[in-house]
Amino acid sequence: MSEHIVSVRIYFAIFLVLLIGTGLTAWVAFFDFPGPFNAVVALTIACVKAGLVVLYFMHLRYSARLTWVVFLAALFWLAIMFALTFSDYSTRDWLPIF
Amino acid sequence: MEEFKVPPPSKVNYLNVDYGLKSWLLTRDHKRIAFLYLGSISVFFLIGGVYAMLIRLELLTPHGQLLTSTTYNKVFTQHGIIMVFFFLIPSIPATLGNFLVPIMIGAKDLAFPRINLLSWYIYLLGGIVTVYALLAGGVDTGWTFYVPFSTTFSNSYVIATGLGIFISGFSSILTGLNFIVTIHTMRAPGMTWFRLPLFIWAHYATSLIMILGTPVIAITILLLAFERLAHIGIFDPAAGGDPILFQHLFWFYSHPAVYIMVLPGMGVVSELIANFSRKNVFGYSFVAFSSLAIAVFGFLVWGHHLFVASQSVYAGMIFSFLSFAVAIPSAVKVFNWSATLYKGSISYDTPMLYGLGFIGLFTIGGMTGLFLAALATDVHLSDTYFVIAHFHYIMVGGTLLAYLGGLHYWWPKITGRMYPEGWGRFSALVVFIGFNLTFLPQFMLGYMGMPRRYHYYPEEFQVLHVLSTAGASILGVGLIIPAIYLLWSMRYGPKAAPNPWHLPGLEWRTQSPPPTENFETTPIVTWEAYEFAPIEEMKVIGKFEESKAEV
Amino acid sequence: MAESYAAEPEVVHHPALQHHFENMEQQREAGTLGMWVFLVTEIMFFGGMFLAYTLYRGKYPEAFAVASNHLDIWLGGINTVILICSSFTMALAVYCAQVGKQQLQIIFLILTMIFGGAFLGIKAVEYREKYRDNLIPGRLIPGRPFDPAVNPHGAPHDPHKLTLIGNSSVRQVELFYWIYFAMTGMHALHMIIGLGIMCFLLYFSIRGRYGPEYHNPIEISGLYWHFVDIVWIFLFPLLYLLGRHMGGHG
Repeated sequence: MSEHIVSVRIYFAIFLVLLIGTGLTAWVAFFDFPGPFNAVVALTIACVKAGLVVLYFMHLRYSARLTWVVFLAALFWLAIMFALTFSDYSTRDWLPIF
Repeated sequence: MEEFKVPPPSKVNYLNVDYGLKSWLLTRDHKRIAFLYLGSISVFFLIGGVYAMLIRLELLTPHGQLLTSTTYNKVFTQHGIIMVFFFLIPSIPATLGNFLVPIMIGAKDLAFPRINLLSWYIYLLGGIVTVYALLAGGVDTGWTFYVPFSTTFSNSYVIATGLGIFISGFSSILTGLNFIVTIHTMRAPGMTWFRLPLFIWAHYATSLIMILGTPVIAITILLLAFERLAHIGIFDPAAGGDPILFQHLFWFYSHPAVYIMVLPGMGVVSELIANFSRKNVFGYSFVAFSSLAIAVFGFLVWGHHLFVASQSVYAGMIFSFLSFAVAIPSAVKVFNWSATLYKGSISYDTPMLYGLGFIGLFTIGGMTGLFLAALATDVHLSDTYFVIAHFHYIMVGGTLLAYLGGLHYWWPKITGRMYPEGWGRFSALVVFIGFNLTFLPQFMLGYMGMPRRYHYYPEEFQVLHVLSTAGASILGVGLIIPAIYLLWSMRYGPKAAPNPWHLPGLEWRTQSPPPTENFETTPIVTWEAYEFAPIEEMKVIGKFEESKAEV
Repeated sequence: MAESYAAEPEVVHHPALQHHFENMEQQREAGTLGMWVFLVTEIMFFGGMFLAYTLYRGKYPEAFAVASNHLDIWLGGINTVILICSSFTMALAVYCAQVGKQQLQIIFLILTMIFGGAFLGIKAVEYREKYRDNLIPGRLIPGRPFDPAVNPHGAPHDPHKLTLIGNSSVRQVELFYWIYFAMTGMHALHMIIGLGIMCFLLYFSIRGRYGPEYHNPIEISGLYWHFVDIVWIFLFPLLYLLGRHMGGHG
């Protein structure tokens, strides 16, 4: 069972996209979007960049299913920590007495 | 029953293959590392036990005559810290788990033996730092380190103790990492997931919790330490911070931590119940999946420690519901163990006595947890002795009993010697009686309003406290006796056969004690877990041919 | 999967095969899985700090914007580019190991370390600026508590002073800097550890230890390094960019 060797061309392409993404996120930060969209845009770009690093630089795209499960489990647990903690903070002022 | 080639007996095993301090302190053998852990964990248990005796002695009288209030705060804090972080969390995984996981899956060692040894040294370092902090003056914040007392007002060694716990956390993480990788990649040919002993499933689930939860307590302790050092205000309302954030972060780990403590115990009990009833576990896959379910659900309930801490009541409702849900997989296990016993061929050896004790006491502990999971009753019971009794029923009545049961069960495999069965049964009984006498009154005390962490109390509670202390003394005796005879048996106990209990598990198909690489040849597994046959056939497994005996 | 691991007697083992493994394939699989599991712990570790950040940013958006604008976007941006370059060179180092180009592999490893060092150097410059402007939170530095100068209202913009907007207060700005130092400091610590690991890799690469049949240490060190890059990919917008739309100067 040999490993998959990713070509230099793909690495270079991802590298370029990452650089463009960095410039984009810095440029877009100065525009005032309504509501929470500044954060949404910034995080979306960050997620895309991070996703490219994980899939190609870290070879997740070519890895065994178990590796996918491990990585997705981490994201899931992070989501649990955020979601349930914010279930407290975001509902604190729902009732006047609390 | 299929053929299994039994290896010829040999006088060389993992204990006598090499002598000298260096061969132990630099070993890569998971069995020796388990032994090292066994020794160090016992020392910490003794320290924690001494603190427990101090607590019980202090509580004999209602007016706190033995210790000052600050000292009493330090005593219960340190009892909690030592017992939780340096005994309960490592106990079964680091001793029995380290020893048995490779053998039960048919491997030669864990995936990363040097990391295994490193985890022991890290555990020791954390323990030494913590003991230093205790000797230097101790810490009085409660093992939960709530802010703002721990960051601003306590004059005790919070940071040093926190550092010790932080360090020992890495030991936990490395153990869990090792187990997960080993179980995934090093199972012997034919050892499919559903042929694994339930002990392995339980340790796998435990390792998941270790991996996912421990880093959060690490960052929490760091934040706490920096807050105490630099007074920035991350948990200080005057500066815009929130003290409840600390509690969220702390309990995000510390609740799953209690499942780190109990899941391995459940794994041991599955082995004890099945093997000493000579019957396959009822609903094997249900028990296996319930271990995973406990690991996952255990992460969803931490807010039940914050019900009365000004957490939003809506979050409280969610956490309360989830806390009821997490009881379900545990209940599944209790039902399945009971069904396993039904029509089994039960032998009341010492390990089985501990296993049966676990089922009863864990059930009581678990059910009392339901009172605490319900929001309304929790308001009354929170921070009372009811909570203390609840978790001691699970930690002591559960985990400790499982630990003792497992130690006795696998003692012949680990040491090659048999313990004295009469003394074993006697001390199991003493432990059971002593334990219940200690903690049953505490349920009543809590319900009647006795707050936890207090050493002054109303006169009318004294009778129950005296009963509890009497029980603690009996429990202490019941725990000292096995320490003595187990040590004695290592030298003078009768030598054990490879399969003294006549059981089908893979660990019984190699020598007692095993050779360094566990098996002479890699086993090829063709049988299901817990495949029992009439005892005459069972006696063949592990019996060595006389003509091939090595001199 | 388990079937292929039965040991065969009389087989010449690769010198790097550890004896509790049946073959190199199993060893490689275990090592890679081990590193991914370790990265899970790192995700949860940093996750706690991201949680604190999210909470306080939600509570004090204006103070966080003020503090964020006060950071140097150029230094932060350059650092982001540097780290992306280092991830690229690290991926190329792994590639060269896979195809047996040993000399090139060593060069890319060295380049990665240079980029990493450059990142840390720029971080040191940033930290020193904060020290000079009394922006180290709390009483971490004895004798130099958190005490930044504030631009008086209407005065011309002074980059060494804070320009408060809306309801923000200096104490809330201090919370931001606490999180800033905690997160970038922890990130920098992980980078230093990564550089240390690469020193070992470099030493063994020069000794000719790695090749197409055995290069798992480089691969898994690469995984670690990419993870450190990913943390920064999130830190850059969250720490440096979130307030820019609320009025440029900090």
